[in-house]
Amino acid sequence: MSLLSVRDLSISFGGVKAVDNVSFDVEPGEVFTIVGPNGAGKSTIFNLISRIYDPSSGSISFDGQDITRSRADEIAPLGIARTFQNIELFEHSTVMHNLLVGQHSRRTTSWLSDALFLPATRREEHNMREKAEQVIDFLDLQPYRDKLIAGLPYGVRKVVEIARGLASDPRLLLLDEPASGLSVEETQDMAFWIEDMQKDLGITILMVEHDMSLVNQVSDRVLALADGRSLAFGTAEEVQSHPDVIAAYLGVEEDA
Amino acid sequence: MRIHFKTGYGQDIRLFEDSREAVQNALLILAAVSAPWWLDEYMLGEVTYVLIWILAGLGLMILAGHTGQPSLGHGAFLACGAYMEVILLEAGVPFVLSLPLAGLFAGVVGAVVAIPALRMSGIYLAIATLAFGIMTEDIIILLTPWTGGIEGVFTPTISLLGIEIDRYGDPDRFYWLCLFVVILITVGYKNILRSPTGRAFTAIRDSEVSARAMGVNVARMKTLAFGLSCFVTGLAGALLAHYLTAFNYEAFLILISIQLLLMVTVGGLGSIHGAYYGAIVIGLLPVVIATLRQEISDFLGAGNSSVPGMETAIFAVIIVAFIIYEPLGIYGRWTKIRIWLELFPLARKDMFRRQKSYLKTERMK
Repeated sequence: MSLLSVRDLSISFGGVKAVDNVSFDVEPGEVFTIVGPNGAGKSTIFNLISRIYDPSSGSISFDGQDITRSRADEIAPLGIARTFQNIELFEHSTVMHNLLVGQHSRRTTSWLSDALFLPATRREEHNMREKAEQVIDFLDLQPYRDKLIAGLPYGVRKVVEIARGLASDPRLLLLDEPASGLSVEETQDMAFWIEDMQKDLGITILMVEHDMSLVNQVSDRVLALADGRSLAFGTAEEVQSHPDVIAAYLGVEEDA
Repeated sequence: MRIHFKTGYGQDIRLFEDSREAVQNALLILAAVSAPWWLDEYMLGEVTYVLIWILAGLGLMILAGHTGQPSLGHGAFLACGAYMEVILLEAGVPFVLSLPLAGLFAGVVGAVVAIPALRMSGIYLAIATLAFGIMTEDIIILLTPWTGGIEGVFTPTISLLGIEIDRYGDPDRFYWLCLFVVILITVGYKNILRSPTGRAFTAIRDSEVSARAMGVNVARMKTLAFGLSCFVTGLAGALLAHYLTAFNYEAFLILISIQLLLMVTVGGLGSIHGAYYGAIVIGLLPVVIATLRQEISDFLGAGNSSVPGMETAIFAVIIVAFIIYEPLGIYGRWTKIRIWLELFPLARKDMFRRQKSYLKTERMK
């Protein structure tokens, strides 16, 4: 059974149909990529899955459970983590602090126990820090552990955001343009990390990306969108050679 | 610069960063506890007043400094605590219970106010809470049977487990009582900050969208922040009732709410120290100005008569100066001085240049 299944999903903002009848299934363990020109509705699909937007029609289900009408904060506890296109880290906190917030969905203590710092809270703090250290180790973030986000370079912030997602032990990780704004070397690192996350940690990845070299390198399956509609679907090569995709990106000759 | 060699998770979790900080805090508490022996009665009264302001400031800091929800109506919760304390004591409830109950009442009122406030943020929330603050006077007068209206009320003397604590009769005991409450709340506050609850608060402040995606129930957390914040401010109100011994609605004019917000801003938003520094400055400034009144009057060439409105003017100048030159408040300035001293002579000129943050999208509000 597929891990995430999106059926006939649509949303419109005013008169604009941002996403129009899109359906796809993400199988466990794969890297599924959504590509498409600007304004194709890629990030909107992410925001629909993480329940920031309400779809006008269609359904989303995760692991057999319907999440179409869930609250945004009920998504993380199910095992879906995400990153944002424009980096939404907690700027005035350290990297460690960000990774600890990333584990919020797993907290079991109440605020009263926190205020009194009962043994349960202390134990949980230990466990959360242990998990955070594992993620820091996995993504080579040791030099930045106690640094404030506000002082970090862009490339590191991108990695920290992925780390924050990983800290919650997700089954599905949504990456919104992980390579945007990164240098060639950083993009290459990103590709290796995505492979590691898929193979070593067994995390299913749903990704939106423009950088075709990264898409080719890591994707198992690719879905191409344009103007909110799905254009083509298949492996990276199949999608890139699809005539509709070429037309959407480059346009068609008038007298062809 | 102090570098900590970390060998365990416990080190990151503990209350004080290192033994030096623990010793500093212990000395500070020792000095505070022994204050009645080395301060005269007048100054002790002023310090007690500052302690009450610190408590009220700590309450507002939870909301404005750590959760990022400005409130211009916190004087209302001060009033809730103060009047509830008097009502409970007159109903025969012992002080041990009346103090927490007065705080709890303010906390519940705060949580209820939070429900409509959840839909607002930033300037709109400030305006809504301002309206609440302005209404306070009128509500107090409307509830005359309970609040004494314009005539006001007298606060009964505290009797704590058989010990009489009268603000004028035993200023030492009243001071220690206030100090005890302040220390207790500060420890609780620090505990909240080093645990998931506090992290959820700061997450909401820094990026609500992101907090939600991490599984933080934003509505619930904001309500909790309002509740805790108003609880602490309500406790301060109850102590204020005993400090004033007799008061009416004039003790809770909108100016008090504004002064509270200025206090946490001048002290340094987003730090516990900020509430302390702010309360010390705002609480002791009138005393300092009064002491220097003659010199200032001479300096301004006003002869023996004091210049009308001088205190307010000096106050205003200090606040404007802070907002322009040090938005991080006294605590922010102190942090910079400390780092400069620790690195001496290696500090760079540009070290504290304000970081330009990357553009954040407002699309997904």
